[in-house]
Amino acid sequence: MSSETQKILTTDGIPLEESLKKAEKKNKIKAFLLVCPLLLFLIITYVFPIGDMLFRSVDDRMVTNMLPKTYQAMEKWDGKELPEEEVFAAFYQDYKLLVEEKTFGKLATQLNYEKNGFKSILKKLQRKMKKFEKGNYKEQIMNVHKRWANVEYWRAIKRRAPAISYSKYLKGMDLIEDESGSITQVPEDRRVHRVLWLRTLEVAFFVTLFCFLMAYPIAHLLATLPMKYSNLLMICVLLPFWTSLLVRTASWMILLQQQGVVNDFFVWIGLVADDNRPEMMYNKTGTYVAMTQILLPFMVLPLYSVMKTISPSLMRAGKSLGGTPFVAFWKVYFPLTIPGIGAGCLLVFILAIGYYITPALVGGASGTLISNQIAFHMKSTLDWSFASAMGLMLLAGVLAIYWVYNKLVGVDNIKLG
Amino acid sequence: MLMPKNKEFVKFEKVDKSYDGKILVVKDLNLDISEGEFITMLGPSGSGKTTCLMMLAGFETPTNGEIYLDKNPISNIPPHKRGIGMVFQNYALFPHMTVYENLAFPLRVRKMKKDEADKKIDKALSMVSLSGFENRMPGQLSGGQQQRVAVARALVFDPSVVLMDEPLGALDKNLRESMQYEIKHIHESIGVTVVYVTHDQGEALTMSNRIAVFNDGKVQQLSSPDQLYERPVNSFVAEFIGENNTFAGEISDISSDKCKVKVNGGEIIANPISVKSKGEKTTVSIRPERALINPKGGMDNNHKGKIEEVIYHGDHTRVRLSLLGNSDFILKVPNSSENLDIKLGNTINIGWNSQDARALDPK
Repeated sequence: MSSETQKILTTDGIPLEESLKKAEKKNKIKAFLLVCPLLLFLIITYVFPIGDMLFRSVDDRMVTNMLPKTYQAMEKWDGKELPEEEVFAAFYQDYKLLVEEKTFGKLATQLNYEKNGFKSILKKLQRKMKKFEKGNYKEQIMNVHKRWANVEYWRAIKRRAPAISYSKYLKGMDLIEDESGSITQVPEDRRVHRVLWLRTLEVAFFVTLFCFLMAYPIAHLLATLPMKYSNLLMICVLLPFWTSLLVRTASWMILLQQQGVVNDFFVWIGLVADDNRPEMMYNKTGTYVAMTQILLPFMVLPLYSVMKTISPSLMRAGKSLGGTPFVAFWKVYFPLTIPGIGAGCLLVFILAIGYYITPALVGGASGTLISNQIAFHMKSTLDWSFASAMGLMLLAGVLAIYWVYNKLVGVDNIKLG
Repeated sequence: MLMPKNKEFVKFEKVDKSYDGKILVVKDLNLDISEGEFITMLGPSGSGKTTCLMMLAGFETPTNGEIYLDKNPISNIPPHKRGIGMVFQNYALFPHMTVYENLAFPLRVRKMKKDEADKKIDKALSMVSLSGFENRMPGQLSGGQQQRVAVARALVFDPSVVLMDEPLGALDKNLRESMQYEIKHIHESIGVTVVYVTHDQGEALTMSNRIAVFNDGKVQQLSSPDQLYERPVNSFVAEFIGENNTFAGEISDISSDKCKVKVNGGEIIANPISVKSKGEKTTVSIRPERALINPKGGMDNNHKGKIEEVIYHGDHTRVRLSLLGNSDFILKVPNSSENLDIKLGNTINIGWNSQDARALDPK
């Protein structure tokens, strides 16, 4: 059947499809207008900041704009030997302008990210530059500090020439593009990020696992208890939700510290000696305990909502057909809860991977996660582009997990409620 | 049909059940079910019939008394070791398994070899005429098909007893009727003992060898469908099964097979069932089809009634009369040419045999 011969007309002779579109147009516009505020809200608060983050993480025009003449002159320089007088002259002119505008500090910061030692020699140059004579700038600059005669520093400047740079991403993975342009690992004593990434994944994985192990029986109880008990239990599960995250974390600090309640209890029952109290805080243990407790409701709720829909007669059917209680559970009940397990694990894992306050407070040095590092760069070093790059790497990681999950389980199997 | 071999294949002995320690939902239940029998537990909701079924299946434990299966007490045997098949109210098919896997479940837990299991599954599916549906998921089947899979699954492992808990409750009327016949035929062909729970009396009458009418935690009457309908032993059963015209009155005279009952507007000659002596209060029950219009003679009860309402029902007409002070006296009149004088407001002669007017306990 070809569609042309089968075109259906309404009684007025208008093609049915057109007529339907016309009739539904009004509804579509109405629906769109209703959604509009949310759409705008999402664009402004979500799409735009992420776009900005992406832009910031690769934007490298700051140095380029501060040293326009230098980069123009450097175009011909092959980067092997020290550059020609021309480049030095251009750099002098650019820098002089920056000094006059009093923005040379920013350049120092930026170039220092690229190579340590720039800050002092730029300051020194700024002081000595007032006495410079016209001409032969190469000689004069090189006399200010011996590092100016080191070709590496000039290569560092040249590396900042492109407007877009992915060096922040490399830095996030403890990699660096060295002078020759090949990507290598940073020296061993400076490899901090990879450890943090791995630790973040490890913590998120185990927190998810602990949450699952603890939430499954709770959710099952919630779903099967009579209403009056299950409501009470539900309130117990949700109570932490209604308490400030900071308060909960602080109470864990009270419980877990070396002179804290838990340790006192262990000493009292004779599990540990009084002079040998274990450290349960400011390390990974503290992070695990506190994060598991805080994220538990996110696992309980999806599991509960799925278990609530499983008819108790299914387990009975399993038993009446000859399955032992365990077989009935494992072959009948458990497979039916997988959508809830998937939803809960995904939720907890994604929340855990970006968790900040709790690891910052109870994590100590060995319990901090990548988000703490991001915060550190946002607040302390003010290297926002690096923070953005790591934020985006985290986002990419979450999307990758989501993708893998979709491949393995299928996202349409998720049930959140 | 196989002849019953064992008269006490399933035996409830003095079974009591209470959930809260205050109210007995099943009181002193004594019930024998013979092998190969199709027995129905019929009763209004809350009458304890499902509780009895659950005790037999092992999901509830009797508070007192014992249940025997083939002479063995089973109260301490967990459900999965009882070998009793069960069809649940909402089918309880495993939604994540195909039809084949659903049927294979009871065989697999019994560690049956695959080729043997396949044969059994084939047989069970063809029995419910669902061959070729092995790879469907339960969600892709209609309600009736799901029901049949549930029946096949309960039978596939050759249980000695199959319990059915209102299995047809969720189906529409036509499908329900055809499934009733189908289940009845399956029962007849394989001779398994079936304990069936329903609150639908039509279903019970159609399918069962015997019916146990439950009310208030007790079996009110246990007998074959025709006995139950024709000869109810108390006014609850008379009321619950089929339609019923009742007169409340007092015995004014009684002999061995007849009694006179004084009612509001006169006197009825009735069949004394649960009344013994003069002066007792009673409820007389007459089936609508047993009262005739303009009886030709030979009836020992003849009264005049005024037609209050006529309702056309296709194959028959229902007539509501006011008769002996009862304005809800219902008559069923077959639609034939003889009965054309039925008009609203007319007064007509009504007669019945005293055998069919059963004087039962007062309500």
